[in-house]
Amino acid sequence: MTDCSMKFTRRSALLTAAGFGLSVTFLGRGAFAASESEQAKRKLIVIVCRGAMDGLSVSPPVGDPDYAGLRGDIAIPGFGEPGGALKLNDTFGLHPKLVTVHRLALAGQARIAPAIATTDRARSHFEAQDVLESGAAVVYGTSSGWLNRALAAIGPARKVDALSVGPQAPLILRGKIQAASWSPGGPDLRDVRLPQILADLYANDPVLGPALAEGLSAKAMGKMAEAAARDSSDQSGMNVAAQPAMPNQGQQNEQARFLGRTLGKLMMAENGPSIAAMSLDGFDTHFRQGSSEGQLAQRLGYLDATIGGLSDGLGFAWQHAVVVAATEFGRTARVNGTGGTDHGTASTALILGGALKPGDIIGDWPTLRSGKLFENRDTAPTVDMRSLFKGVLSDHMGIDGRALDQSVFPDSAGARPLDQLIA
Amino acid sequence: MPDQNADAAIAVTRFGLGARRGEIELASSDPRGFLRSQIRPEGAEQPQAYSPIQLKPTPERLIEFVSLRQLKLQDPDQRKALLQQRRQPLEDEFLARAGLACKTDAGFRERWALFWFNHFTVSQTKGTVVPIIGSFEREAIRPHVFGRFADLLIASSRHPAMLLYLDQAESVGPNSAAATGTPRRPPGSLIRVAARKKSGLNENLAREIMELHSLGVDSGYTQSDVTEFARALTGWSIGRPRDGAGYLGTAVFRMNAHEPGARHILGRDYAQEGAMQASSALLDFAASSHTAHHLAVKIARHFVADDPPASLVARLETSYMSSGGRLDRVADALISAPESWDPAPNKFKTPYEFLVSSWRASGIGPTEFGQIAGPLNQLGQRPFGAPSPKGWEDDEADWATPDAIVKRMTWASGFGQRVAGQADPVETAHQALGPRLSPAVATAIARAESRPEAFAILLMSPEFQRR
Repeated sequence: MTDCSMKFTRRSALLTAAGFGLSVTFLGRGAFAASESEQAKRKLIVIVCRGAMDGLSVSPPVGDPDYAGLRGDIAIPGFGEPGGALKLNDTFGLHPKLVTVHRLALAGQARIAPAIATTDRARSHFEAQDVLESGAAVVYGTSSGWLNRALAAIGPARKVDALSVGPQAPLILRGKIQAASWSPGGPDLRDVRLPQILADLYANDPVLGPALAEGLSAKAMGKMAEAAARDSSDQSGMNVAAQPAMPNQGQQNEQARFLGRTLGKLMMAENGPSIAAMSLDGFDTHFRQGSSEGQLAQRLGYLDATIGGLSDGLGFAWQHAVVVAATEFGRTARVNGTGGTDHGTASTALILGGALKPGDIIGDWPTLRSGKLFENRDTAPTVDMRSLFKGVLSDHMGIDGRALDQSVFPDSAGARPLDQLIA
Repeated sequence: MPDQNADAAIAVTRFGLGARRGEIELASSDPRGFLRSQIRPEGAEQPQAYSPIQLKPTPERLIEFVSLRQLKLQDPDQRKALLQQRRQPLEDEFLARAGLACKTDAGFRERWALFWFNHFTVSQTKGTVVPIIGSFEREAIRPHVFGRFADLLIASSRHPAMLLYLDQAESVGPNSAAATGTPRRPPGSLIRVAARKKSGLNENLAREIMELHSLGVDSGYTQSDVTEFARALTGWSIGRPRDGAGYLGTAVFRMNAHEPGARHILGRDYAQEGAMQASSALLDFAASSHTAHHLAVKIARHFVADDPPASLVARLETSYMSSGGRLDRVADALISAPESWDPAPNKFKTPYEFLVSSWRASGIGPTEFGQIAGPLNQLGQRPFGAPSPKGWEDDEADWATPDAIVKRMTWASGFGQRVAGQADPVETAHQALGPRLSPAVATAIARAESRPEAFAILLMSPEFQRR
């Protein structure tokens, strides 16, 4: 296991923060009564894979008799062949770059939902991402994200913090409750008076005031988490802040692993966030998407490294963690005219973590038989994306069904939460 | 009678890119006239005037890129130098364009151009377009931003950068002559075709033109409309070596790749043969009231508020439809609309806008790519690197994040150290914000313990962060 002797707390973050120019009042949020209940240890990480990730490559159904024919040159070879799929069951494997996910799957800590979709059918990235992240039944149904509304639903019972990774705020975590955001690297502030001066100027600013306070807190904790992640890294001395202009694949994966590990350390810190959201881009593979190697394989390698880093960084907290990786829609079942795939419907979601209940694939497999494809084109959806999210929020985060049906996912009573997901 | 000074500050900071010294005063005699005078038929300024380095046309850039890609170097240092050489055009172009933004006297004209580039995003997330993003903006966008939208739409859709970025260049009609043969991959081709693959349709550009560039996602088109338009677009491609030296890297039409027959798109028949088929469809898209609405919402959102007044959107729509899609008229309507002059600054600056306005306030501009690329990367707006064809987001909720505020503050503090010089900070603040400067911020600046700190407070003030 990883080094779990590293321990930092909000209190030690304060000490660092002092050197960083923060006043103690900044981080004071009232009582941090450390609850030792199991519930309080639960972690949830949602990874939004943007650009429409090709489910038929993430979890290739190599045992489906129609798969190879539809896919042509971009089909992932069968089990045991060179560059072949990593076996899950007789029908499904994982993409050969998803080695960490496969290792977890063999340990009962990763499962696939291979025919899952939101309710949106427009095949527009941007509309579908809005639906995926807002959790609304229809596009533009709400301007806040379902993870933010989940925080509101947990709120009365216990204080839970959330954090998004990256300088931009993803819709999934936007809303009434101020979430933190953090991204690695960046220089330190030299003018130690500045934060307090700005905090005073922002006192009546509903956006900048809370953002600055959350940002300073996350920056202080993030610095410690980065140091901890670097200490436990085999790539000692790796500096993610000095990113090369065009990093090669190995460097990119190393960055992904480091990012995941740092996020894990951040979340396992005392009073660290229980919920995190992050995005991965680059899944829109219309042209030359490749098979076991190539464009999509690179992105999947990056995703795998991120997940590996997360499980590493979370250490013992992985036992209480669930990671969901989902995309806005899938891609056409047939390869297109340019060695890629166009916008489709159902795709694969990955669900991982030590808190998972072992099991087979999630949802029915509609098969790729002619006549079974959605609009004679795409993998047909058998699972509503909200059912997966609701299952996790219900059994892992302890949110009651009423809130899930009404406020977290408005008008979603028809999308029953999946059970049997959480141990 | 509106307050002329307040309106002048709005003209320069909201419509423009932030005030340089003396700019608000210059605009104060006639703020609307100050903006209208920046509309001109020849379009936006070209960055070349702000760069000592020659900015080459697209075909030259592509030919250079291909020849560099063919070099197989073993030595790691040489390989590193080669990689840098391949990226150099992107850096030169971006720096030149940033220089323009920081120094131009016509900030509104430049913001208008930046808006249209973002609308027709081409991004370095696709490696092959790295050398020609800047030339795309110079050739396809800037000349047309005050002309007819239809011209802008056609220029952008057939530019090599767009054809590569959205995978159009290799899309082939399934029943075309080319699809029956075996496509070869000639040495030095700009595009690598999957070997031994039968070629066919790629609907990426067709969909994004309809969804993002013209009609809008909620305009009622179907999958069949997208596929039909993709068929109409087949043949729109880029010259390869075998096409002859004069065509290499230019936009070409390949009749033998064009899907034969008439097309049926959004209830209309297109019986034309060849390139005119897609052009006709584009003209119809440009003339559609759906497009007018889509563009009006986007312009109003960019210039005035994340959730813009419906009355403003209606004005812009009307001006678009009644002028036959003339963008100079739409720009004029935006300036004339009372909604545009709401005294409350509703727009939170994007990272690029924040940096450019900081430079303008300081009276200097970036002299090296890293000076602007560094902070932009940190703040999540990588140069010429929008994450998707939708371009950069425009809303406060996207950019005013905890992480971003801390990073802006850290950058502002360092920037203050470098540029504060001997200028009087209070005077600089008045020059940058005019009557928009609040007493609280003015006091904080006056009480700062150093000029750099005062400068950082100005840049991080709520009124400077917004426009």
